[in-house]
Amino acid sequence: MKSNSAEHLLEMKNVKIEGFSDRRWHDIVNGIDLKLKRGEILGIIGESGAGKSTIGIAAMGYCKAGCRFKPGSSVVFDGLELTSASEEEKRRLRGARIAYVAQSAAAAFNPAHKIIDQFSESVVQHGVGSREEAYADAKDLYSKIKMPEPDTIGFRYPHQVSGGQLQRAMTAMALSCRPDLIIFDEPTTALDVTTQIEVLATIRDIVELFNTAAIYISHDLAVVAQMADNIIVLRYGDLVEEAETRTMLDYPKEDYTKSLWAVRTFEKTTVAGSRDSEPIVKVSHVTAQYPKTKEPVLFDVDFEVYPRETVAIVGESGSGKSTAARVITGLLPPLEGSIMLDGEILPSDYHNRTKEQLKSAQMIYQMADTAINPRHKIRKIVGRPLSFYLGMEGDEKQRRLNELMDMIEMDPKLYLDRYPAELSGGQKQRICIARALAADPKFIICDEITSALDQLVAEGILRLLDRLQQELNLAYMFITHDLATVRAIADRVIVMLQGRIVEQGEKNMVLQPPHHEYTELLLSSVPEMNPDWMDRIMAERTSGKGMQSAGN
Amino acid sequence: MTHILKMLAQRILLGLLTLFAISLIIFLAVSMLPGDAAEAILGQAATPETVAALRKQLGLDLPPHIRYLDWLGGILQGDFGTSIGNGREINEVLGTRVYNTIFLALFAASIAVPLALFCGILAALYRNSLYDRTVNVVTLSSISTPEFFVAYILLLLISVKAGWLPSLSNVRLDTTFAEHLEKTLLPALVLTLVSMAHMMRMTRAAIINLLANAYIEMAALKGMKRFRIIVHHALPNAWAPIVNVVVINLAYLIVGVIVVEVVFVYPGLGQYLVDAVQRRDMPVVQACCLIFAATYVLLNLIADILSILTNPRLLHPK
Repeated sequence: MKSNSAEHLLEMKNVKIEGFSDRRWHDIVNGIDLKLKRGEILGIIGESGAGKSTIGIAAMGYCKAGCRFKPGSSVVFDGLELTSASEEEKRRLRGARIAYVAQSAAAAFNPAHKIIDQFSESVVQHGVGSREEAYADAKDLYSKIKMPEPDTIGFRYPHQVSGGQLQRAMTAMALSCRPDLIIFDEPTTALDVTTQIEVLATIRDIVELFNTAAIYISHDLAVVAQMADNIIVLRYGDLVEEAETRTMLDYPKEDYTKSLWAVRTFEKTTVAGSRDSEPIVKVSHVTAQYPKTKEPVLFDVDFEVYPRETVAIVGESGSGKSTAARVITGLLPPLEGSIMLDGEILPSDYHNRTKEQLKSAQMIYQMADTAINPRHKIRKIVGRPLSFYLGMEGDEKQRRLNELMDMIEMDPKLYLDRYPAELSGGQKQRICIARALAADPKFIICDEITSALDQLVAEGILRLLDRLQQELNLAYMFITHDLATVRAIADRVIVMLQGRIVEQGEKNMVLQPPHHEYTELLLSSVPEMNPDWMDRIMAERTSGKGMQSAGN
Repeated sequence: MTHILKMLAQRILLGLLTLFAISLIIFLAVSMLPGDAAEAILGQAATPETVAALRKQLGLDLPPHIRYLDWLGGILQGDFGTSIGNGREINEVLGTRVYNTIFLALFAASIAVPLALFCGILAALYRNSLYDRTVNVVTLSSISTPEFFVAYILLLLISVKAGWLPSLSNVRLDTTFAEHLEKTLLPALVLTLVSMAHMMRMTRAAIINLLANAYIEMAALKGMKRFRIIVHHALPNAWAPIVNVVVINLAYLIVGVIVVEVVFVYPGLGQYLVDAVQRRDMPVVQACCLIFAATYVLLNLIADILSILTNPRLLHPK
């Protein structure tokens, strides 16, 4: 079935794709060329909206609902022109010779079927083998990629397996028919760093083991640097730059590429207020538990935040970071311990707090989309706390609205009467910041506020928060799993693991060795902009240094 | 499994509690109606003395709570009491009536449910096509037409003009099963027509609702055929809403068929109720209402159980 006649396994020429929305066609991809040989890995880098995923699945001759190839596009896979092939021809290729690994395995696995049945589905349906053969192969693959309990884990349903394991199971699933090409679409973006490194290792092992060609799509350069032989950079559907990985890292030519490389240079320069004064927030020996869980999710958590200070809380998902925020805001009354704000002990349930107490501590969320009402105009979203907490109306409110919009660097004339859907992701997050500021708070909790944003946009948000802190004497509690963000903005760092604080102190103290062993694991798992980084780390880990990820 | 059994026990207990509350409501509602059986039986001949005497004989002069407890006590022992209208044990009649009603309901359901699911799946597969529009128009028209009208149209076409099926569904105790099927086919078709639209449209909507999910796109990118994507990937996740609508329609087939039973003169529970209301035969009215209520409670219980059984998250917890 496989022919070796074509020099390239995949050849995309002048690929143009358009999508239909708002009653007209928009260009998404404007003429991309790329070539891929057997066994080669191509990295595609770009920010959201660059058209990376669209290009990725276009390699399978597939367009998302509402999108189509424009005339003149050519996608040739192993001699077959996919843009003109029949649906049936393409269907036979998909899953069998070109496989896809999605960003979120939790969403891409069908919740109604066992993992191993989803593995064997392609094998049986494409007539590659029997169900029994597929089962045996799945178990073999699961053990090759070192999944725990390889013989039985496949017989679980997707919700019974952790996110990292699912992502690895999906990589194995892509291999079920031994395809020639696998498209990896941001396969580790949703994972914690400690889990990410394990999945990356799995992908690399598999690609090497079976000599599979791959397209690796990511916004994270350091990750792609570990995986790809060549890299292309996309922006707004255009090809910006193309080069061999090391060349691309060491000598980027285009300004845009350089700006991507330079993203992680922002560092808070200003010095935090001294710790001599009274803390603005004091969390004392808090133990907390959700009503339906058997065990507490926070154990004896104890820390302080001083005025003009940014305290970053880092940890993997499930470490209790967000629960700590819920306790402080009174959404989850603790079992033991107390919260002190500005010198007074707060009632543990927010229902019993006064308006003055409520307005002093505000919150900004990860998903701006879900945190603001899509049917309210910006004026109403930001204006609501002004009238609710401060009783402002009329001209006074309008003046304050203008001030707030100026603070977040958005033109009030232009934006106050728009709806959230008319704003970009970064602008929506700025609106959330303005809403928090409208209450005139002393303390703001930022829960993963930059993790859904592109790096350049995220950096803008961090700079804004830094400037506002200086101007308004704010204290921040910054919840994040991203250590680059911590390096950029924090004064102090708290490391959490399984509901406990394992280490806390000044940023430099926590981030410089010697570390607590878990901090060490976290720090060493952050990919570096160096193609050899992963080989080194994996070698160190297999030689017995370090500890295993908390997730496993 | 233990948590499911626990949940099941909980639901059954709640169901019994609901039934108890309903029995109270039925009893109170019936007592509040003007007039009683004594007046109805005596009719024109009623004088205050004869009415009082008959009330005493029927036990209608006792205080309401005593009558309620008597009634409830009887039901708990499986005795629905005596019909005031003809003095017969309600149990004697009730058994065949319930059997007839359930027979018709199951017969109608065995046509309507598979047909609705099939049409719904096809409508989801070929959505916005001519087929989709046609099946929507037809089912919606039939649900929007009063059921007695549908019944008379079918009667006219199938039994009067074509003469294929009998126009009366007068089954008796000695009617054979095959005869029973033949005599109830027409009412079953009417019920199918009036109940199908709801189930069909829910099946279509529940499936289409899921088509935007990542796992559906994943199935397409795994090279699965369209039919398989709908049936194997979307449908298993769409069961919960579909099952709920199907069960509500089953309840309707049992409880809501009064008009159809009257049109076809079918001796089911609905007609029994209508006759009893005309005669002010309160024990019969109460018995029928309670059975209808129990039907709803039981079918909702079944819907809950099926929703659990079709949801792997509930069936196989972490």
